[in-house]
Amino acid sequence: MAFASGCFKTSYASDLSLVETRTHWVFLILFIVGLIIFPFIASAFLLDLANQVFLALIGATALMLLTGYAGQISLGHAGFIAAGAFTTAILFKELNAPIFVTLPASGLVGAILGIIFGLPSLRLKGLYLALSTLAMHFIVSYLGAEYETKRGFATGVIINPPSFGSFKIEDPHLWYLILLFVDILVVLFSINLVRSRSGRAWIAIRNREVVAEALGIKVPFYKLYAFITSSIMTSIAGCLFAYYRGFVSVEAFSLFMTIEYIAMIIIGGLGSILGTVFGTIFVVLLPYAIDAIGKMLHVPTRLTTYMFAIQYASFGLIMIIFLVLEPGGLVSIWNRIRNYFILWPFKYKPLGR
Amino acid sequence: MQIILNTIVLASLYCLICCGYVLIYRASRVLNLAHGELMALGGYLLFTVTMGLYASPIPSFLLACIFSLTLGFIIYFFLMRFMAGESVFAAVLVTVALGILLRGLMTLIWTSQLWHPLQHLGMENSSHRLMEEAVISTFGIIKILGATFLYLVLFFCLKFTRWGLRMRAVGENPLLASRRGIKLHKYYAFSWGIAALSGGFAGMIQACDSGLEPGMFVIGLKAFPVVLVGGLDSLVGVIPGAFIVALAEILAINYISPQASESAPFIVLLVMLLIRPWGLLGTKEELERV
Repeated sequence: MAFASGCFKTSYASDLSLVETRTHWVFLILFIVGLIIFPFIASAFLLDLANQVFLALIGATALMLLTGYAGQISLGHAGFIAAGAFTTAILFKELNAPIFVTLPASGLVGAILGIIFGLPSLRLKGLYLALSTLAMHFIVSYLGAEYETKRGFATGVIINPPSFGSFKIEDPHLWYLILLFVDILVVLFSINLVRSRSGRAWIAIRNREVVAEALGIKVPFYKLYAFITSSIMTSIAGCLFAYYRGFVSVEAFSLFMTIEYIAMIIIGGLGSILGTVFGTIFVVLLPYAIDAIGKMLHVPTRLTTYMFAIQYASFGLIMIIFLVLEPGGLVSIWNRIRNYFILWPFKYKPLGR
Repeated sequence: MQIILNTIVLASLYCLICCGYVLIYRASRVLNLAHGELMALGGYLLFTVTMGLYASPIPSFLLACIFSLTLGFIIYFFLMRFMAGESVFAAVLVTVALGILLRGLMTLIWTSQLWHPLQHLGMENSSHRLMEEAVISTFGIIKILGATFLYLVLFFCLKFTRWGLRMRAVGENPLLASRRGIKLHKYYAFSWGIAALSGGFAGMIQACDSGLEPGMFVIGLKAFPVVLVGGLDSLVGVIPGAFIVALAEILAINYISPQASESAPFIVLLVMLLIRPWGLLGTKEELERV
């Protein structure tokens, strides 16, 4: 972490502050104002994209806490999202429950699943843990499929938009503002969580478990804590996902979804909340960007059927490129650029780096 | 009777697939999550060979096997070599990404249509009646024979040849092995090549048995509960593992529902991870190494 020139931390309060300088404040306020104005100038398509990014960001941040900070590899992320979405769908279909019931219920189911599938993490590490979470993914999607076929929703469950009395959340602009608010909460919560006691405990566990234990950190407690926090956030994302799409079906929560979320945190850069934001934007927009490039190059229409395969292949290729050439992810590129310009026009390397 | 026979056929398919997982894992501690795709690719290679080069059973199988082997080497030298010495997690993720890339390329080249390479080979997948009332297809028999043959060869090679000794040494302690003059990259590449070969062969047989489509990689996914049940680092363990998982799957098809059979291997996996995480014949120390 480099500091801007002339910026010294002289008190504990300034050491704790998230925003360092006045320029930062100006940029931050401009950025937030821009985010709030965005839905009113953007087209419906761009608005939908932004909402997708916001939805994915909740789940990606949750995975970042679990994998990027606590070091517990999970291949069951789509399973947690599916759990939240299906809790919402089942409660809505069977009991006609409103959103202020389904949202906490999804969180609760997530917490329970987090405990159950966090338990193996007390015994297992690395690959073995990843495979036990993968098993969870298949079990959750089996239960979801079983519910769909048994109750006769063969193609999926349709959910009405959430409503408070006669007031319905249907308008994409409204969704945008709500999701933006939720995302800001999630990001602020995560940033503060990872620099608090529990976040430091997670990082210690990630770096070396034995040392963490020797330092007096309750390793089993903090591992379960990471799983529970992450799975609650993910299930809530699943609930919002179900309402936003208005449609829940097992096919949406395939293994590929898990891989997408892992790609978000890898491409963004492990161990950084800012990286999660970058990675989420990158991964969500990538297929649309490829589509747009295809349109720009005037690809003949008979080839557009191959577009999906091209998106698939290039997604794999980009993931490989990042893993091999830039393991630090987008955030390390960002830091390099930032450090270059922080003392601009001078070329000295900033201190503390 | 039919259930037992089906279990044996499925178990031998799993054996064929899983020895690739174990070989790569033993050599380089990387779990190759792209193995299902390598398997599907084997089937497609056979299909291409029969379409474009040579359409007679044994030569086209051999050619496709050689292509699979080369593919394994190519993957190692152009991709996985760079991941040597990186963290295991990163290497595993590279294989995940490789799987996605391969899947995309496969649909791009061969489309997602269902193909039947068998028709071009001029062979027929007839069913045979065994004893009282059990039925087995020709390729079911080939699966069993192929798995038995492969395991005998691998067992012999790893146990009694100089090459196998070096392979085991590389897996045991790469640093020491390279100090003794064993070329690490060569043996890692071998493990990838043989894994691609055996996986591809499984894919070829499976393609002949039930047609060829990109969704085939799912079988590879269902196969790694087998490896974990048997023990990730144990080649012999694959055999009991394959039987347990195959039995669970076949029983689930027969007595619960076809849907349940998709997740049956993973329930077995979860139970195994809770009771004996290092697998039936694996070594306990392995848990600490990953």
